[in-house]
Amino acid sequence: MSSVLLVPTGTANLASVGAAFARQGVDVALSLEPDAVESAPAVVLPGVGHFAAAMRTLTETGLDAALRSRVAAGRPTLAICLGFQLLCATSEEAQGVPGLGLIPCGVERFPKGVRTPHLGWTKVVADDGCRLLSSGWASFAHSYRLTTVPPGWRAARATHGAPFVAALERGPVLACQLHPELSGAWGAGLLSRWLASAGLRRAEVA
Amino acid sequence: MPALRIIPCLDIRDGRVVKGVRFQGLRDAGDPVERAAAYVEQGADELVLLDVSATPEGRGHGIATVRAVRRVLSIPLTVGGGVRSVADAGRLLEAGADKVAVNTAAVARPALLAELAERFGTQCVVLACDARRTAESWEVVVRSGTTSAGKDVLAWLAEAEARGAGEVLLTSWDRDGTRAGYDLELLVAARAATSLPLVASGGASHAEHLAGAVASGADAVLAASIFHDGDSTVGSVKRALLDQGVEVRP
Repeated sequence: MSSVLLVPTGTANLASVGAAFARQGVDVALSLEPDAVESAPAVVLPGVGHFAAAMRTLTETGLDAALRSRVAAGRPTLAICLGFQLLCATSEEAQGVPGLGLIPCGVERFPKGVRTPHLGWTKVVADDGCRLLSSGWASFAHSYRLTTVPPGWRAARATHGAPFVAALERGPVLACQLHPELSGAWGAGLLSRWLASAGLRRAEVA
Repeated sequence: MPALRIIPCLDIRDGRVVKGVRFQGLRDAGDPVERAAAYVEQGADELVLLDVSATPEGRGHGIATVRAVRRVLSIPLTVGGGVRSVADAGRLLEAGADKVAVNTAAVARPALLAELAERFGTQCVVLACDARRTAESWEVVVRSGTTSAGKDVLAWLAEAEARGAGEVLLTSWDRDGTRAGYDLELLVAARAATSLPLVASGGASHAEHLAGAVASGADAVLAASIFHDGDSTVGSVKRALLDQGVEVRP
């Protein structure tokens, strides 16, 4: 069985992510080893929790450099929710704590007057030319979001109060504010295409 | 904006789905994994699993049930019942929950909400609150509705939000299992008391009740009896809601 490497940053819903890959016929292995994370064929950076705590785990383990290196090299990487935010430069959740900076933008809290956290299923619209992302309904659970699409990435966008970035793709690097593991058949399709982009699975006919 | 979420609720006792009226007279309603898979197939947006035996009998949660349900579940899962500590919540998340609901333990020790939010994030922390009507307002009841907590529901919701809850699952004890419709006055009052996502629970029997809950400020509607007994499917309820102009996920 092929396998993906899951980075346990602390408190993510790892079992949900693991179960979603198991349904794809793919095993999940956990690792905090920088060398393994840098070179594995496919790495998942999940995330439920606090930006500062997760960044501290990444810096203390040396995973920050490993992740920067693999994303810069365009190796298949899937970041989910807080994992997506960790790729960014900064977050309003943790003033003064730098993120990985792979996405040169800052994450901000939803403004007052917008129902927060944003919980539930919201329609996403994929940009033309997306290879992994498609339009559909996705499941979200977050209080902070990115509003600008960085150069070099293609996006799926959603609206909660105002438009925000639901997910970004650049080759086999897929960064999702949404939760593919909790997005039903649509999410399963996205995971399947990402696995195919990593050479772990044949692409399914959409 | 998110679509209205339809959330089937599985009350679990000894590894089986059960359902009662006003939390009493529990009868068998099937196997949790079969139910969960069927509800995903019908278009459920989320699932709630409550261990109804956990608090009154002082037992821990059926972790095995959570694991088994997670294997078939590709939508969010909230688990509650008997969660007293960060460690309890951690075990449920590790077994496959995405969110953890706390009720009695948070009433007894409100600081638990902040502890959970700091560890897991507010989006992971659901305050489950059982509300019973009084002459002028609603009081919080705990231990499966057997005991008044001596707290006003609306004040408690505001306090819970300030302490770190990320969602409110509000059950009308008066309506639970009765199919008399949600307590809409309770929802309107709760909507004014908190800005958190609000899940209406207790009393649903048809789509008009669900539409009423939305109009009263609910972001999601939870139901058990109507789905377990096969009177409605999630799909049939969604079609009826669409006809009434309520946005649901197709």
